[in-house]
Amino acid sequence: MSNEGVDGGRRRFLTAATSAVGAAGALTVVWPFLASLKPSAKALAAGAPVSADISKIDEGQQVTFVWQGLNIWVLRRSKDMLDSLSKVTPQLADPKSESSTQPDYCKNETRSIKPEFLVMNGKCTHLGCSPKLMPDHPNPAIDANWQGGYFCPCHGSKYDISGRVFSGQPAPLNMLVPPHRYVSDTLLMIGEDQKAA
Amino acid sequence: MAIIPNPHKTTGFLGWIDDRFPLTKLWKDHLSEYYAPKNFNFWYYFGSLALFVLVNQLLTGILLAMAYKPGADTAFDSVQYIMRDVSWGWLIRYLHATGASAFFLVVYLHMFRGILYGSHRKPRELVWIFGALIFLVLMAEGFCGYVLPWGNMSYWGAQVILSLFGTIPYIGHALQVWIQGDYTPADATVNRLFSLHVVALPFMLVGLVVAHLIALHEVGSNNPDGIEIKKNKDPVTHIPLDGIGFHPYYTVKDLVGVVVFLIIFSAVIFFAPEGGGYVLEKPNFTPANPQVTPDEIAPSWYFCVFYAMLRAVPSAFNTQIWGVIVMFAAIVVLFFLPWLDRSPVKSIRYKGPIFKFAVVIFAADFLMLSYLGMHKPNPLFTLLARLGTLYYFLFFLGMPIYTKIDKTKPVPERVTA
Amino acid sequence: MSRLNARGRAPVLTFLLTALLLAAPASRAQEEAKTLPFTDNASNVASVQRGARDFMAYCSGCHSLKYLRYNRIGQDLGLSDDMLKQNLIFSGVKVGEPVTTSMPAKSSEDWFGRTPPDLSLETKSRSPEWVYSYLMGFYLDKTRPFGVNNLFLPNVAMPAVLGELQGWQVKEEGEKTAGHGEGLPLKLVQPGSMTPEEYKAFVSDLTNFMVYAAEPTAKERVSTGWGVMFYLIFLLLPLTYFLKKEFWRDVH
Repeated sequence: MSNEGVDGGRRRFLTAATSAVGAAGALTVVWPFLASLKPSAKALAAGAPVSADISKIDEGQQVTFVWQGLNIWVLRRSKDMLDSLSKVTPQLADPKSESSTQPDYCKNETRSIKPEFLVMNGKCTHLGCSPKLMPDHPNPAIDANWQGGYFCPCHGSKYDISGRVFSGQPAPLNMLVPPHRYVSDTLLMIGEDQKAA
Repeated sequence: MAIIPNPHKTTGFLGWIDDRFPLTKLWKDHLSEYYAPKNFNFWYYFGSLALFVLVNQLLTGILLAMAYKPGADTAFDSVQYIMRDVSWGWLIRYLHATGASAFFLVVYLHMFRGILYGSHRKPRELVWIFGALIFLVLMAEGFCGYVLPWGNMSYWGAQVILSLFGTIPYIGHALQVWIQGDYTPADATVNRLFSLHVVALPFMLVGLVVAHLIALHEVGSNNPDGIEIKKNKDPVTHIPLDGIGFHPYYTVKDLVGVVVFLIIFSAVIFFAPEGGGYVLEKPNFTPANPQVTPDEIAPSWYFCVFYAMLRAVPSAFNTQIWGVIVMFAAIVVLFFLPWLDRSPVKSIRYKGPIFKFAVVIFAADFLMLSYLGMHKPNPLFTLLARLGTLYYFLFFLGMPIYTKIDKTKPVPERVTA
Repeated sequence: MSRLNARGRAPVLTFLLTALLLAAPASRAQEEAKTLPFTDNASNVASVQRGARDFMAYCSGCHSLKYLRYNRIGQDLGLSDDMLKQNLIFSGVKVGEPVTTSMPAKSSEDWFGRTPPDLSLETKSRSPEWVYSYLMGFYLDKTRPFGVNNLFLPNVAMPAVLGELQGWQVKEEGEKTAGHGEGLPLKLVQPGSMTPEEYKAFVSDLTNFMVYAAEPTAKERVSTGWGVMFYLIFLLLPLTYFLKKEFWRDVH
């Protein structure tokens, strides 16, 4: 064994080229391995949009549908409930839902397509508990100016009847509104955007 | 606080590690300053390839276990779930299934290399014995994995193999039922074979591979000339004159072997993943059916040598255990190989015509038995299988005699190119 | 002694190995002697599309493809969700659902004596040639409950669903001359709504679809395979080969 006549440059080049090409190949193999952990076609099929019949929901009643494993609430709001929204605006953290998550077509005070129906993921934005609908007011035990809304039993976060969070609460943002569209006046498709219609 | 500096005089982060953990020492002992004979030939690729396939099996196995559901009602469906619904699941499964066949192919060639060049001879007896244990665990691993898809071939394969335990006198039936956890191979059986396949046996396999390598690196590698390179060391550096550092010389060489292997491996995976029915059998595309045995039932090709022996031996004295004993003896005899070979030389290069002839016929015999094990028996095939079985044992048990009387050639002092 | 043994064995073994080689093709041929020649082509998208349509129309009433999702078919065959709903989905299920049959297992057992099998993997558990031949191989047989039998699945439980298309065949006893008609000992006695050529094309489409259904990922597999082979043969192999040569210049 001797090092006479060794072309160092050639050796370095081949080592670098083989390493680079080999590493690129190895990374390409890593991709399908990691991709296999994505939700499978089965999970995707189970997470497909769900249709929701809203014809039988009474005023003031809330019904839960399940979409992608999430509890999707559909609340049929009364005029009184809708009127309450403006009364709490000064107390809200994000009254215009600037930082919160909802489709553009629901970025309004009622956070809905039709003011009457609120479609919302019933999950507190703090740590994921399920807030309770507390429509009755006044209720000084919750808030001096309670106009009806949602109250999270875990850490006491308060939301109005559009799922907008009060300021100074553990929860930072308004509850999530999922994409949805009206197939007809009485049939909702949860998980599909209005544009797709 | 001063500590004793590490002997490799490394500094910085590596130095910090080396002061606490023998990282550089391990690197040197097993790679850069592990001196391997410079005359390795084609047959010496299969050791590193076996390690490569082991890593493939472990990685793809971990991913498969994330989507596979053991159990008689879920296993078959979950395999199709992997093949169709999981992104790239088909690739991972084909890598694993073809990898199993590749593992045995590579290991058989690796073992044959040992026989050719006397790699089992003193002082490498333990290297060989650890290797034979690896082979034994690998067979158990292969069997368990074969049952997991719970297709009809899986079911009847399990039925046949587990019945082998049932042939043991007196306790056989109870033992078989205990192993199955049911009266026939059933839900409980799939679950426990899954546990063995993904936990117990891989642990043993990896442990034995480590032991195999530690033993090898303790005594040093054999070579096609069967010469101990440690006998001729440089008087100053104490490096064997015929040795070269495993790294970089054999790492770059084995890399070529890995790429060539991958080309063949990929050709099967991407263009013939069922391997003509040898990797994935047709009957295994139907779910396990305890009422219907497939028309042609044969184990995976890599068990067929032993399966042919099992079938070749007739039952006698009201028991079929003789075939089972012969089959297990065929594996047990491997453990005694280091002491069966009495030739004064290790390598076939310097052995006489009898050994050369015996080895060639042994290879042909091995292929013939594999072929016979894969096909339905008929009178000619049964006769051939009996002769083949006889020769298999003659090759090993006759070795102390024929290697002793065989003429040998003088062994050179240094390795030949 | 053992030398004599070794020498003496050689001719015997040579003979036996030769016998083996001769026996091998014979046993192969035996297995697949009966089926008609058929070359499946699941990459013929138009054929697979027609086969999908025909499968849903004629087969899916009884046979499920429980591992195949409708939207997977759509994705692989270039059909939109709406096209799937209009052309393939008759049961009103969602596009993400697999192809199941609406027939309850109980009633099928009452009608046919057994539940019609799921066909997801039929071309793999048997073979494409077998499926093609089977669909060609129905003939009139008064002894059977549905008045038909099949050359490739004797005492078949399934009625000749495609008889209206193919027409009705009878078995020609004792005549097994090769090259007769379609290669099967069957004679058409009452033509169906399709000509024999049309029916052959129909069954080819159906079989191609079933080949596709048995492994929807096959196309992706082969195309990935070419990329991998190119990478290994033209990039990694030359590089590692020259790298090895370069380093081994040290070794004398």
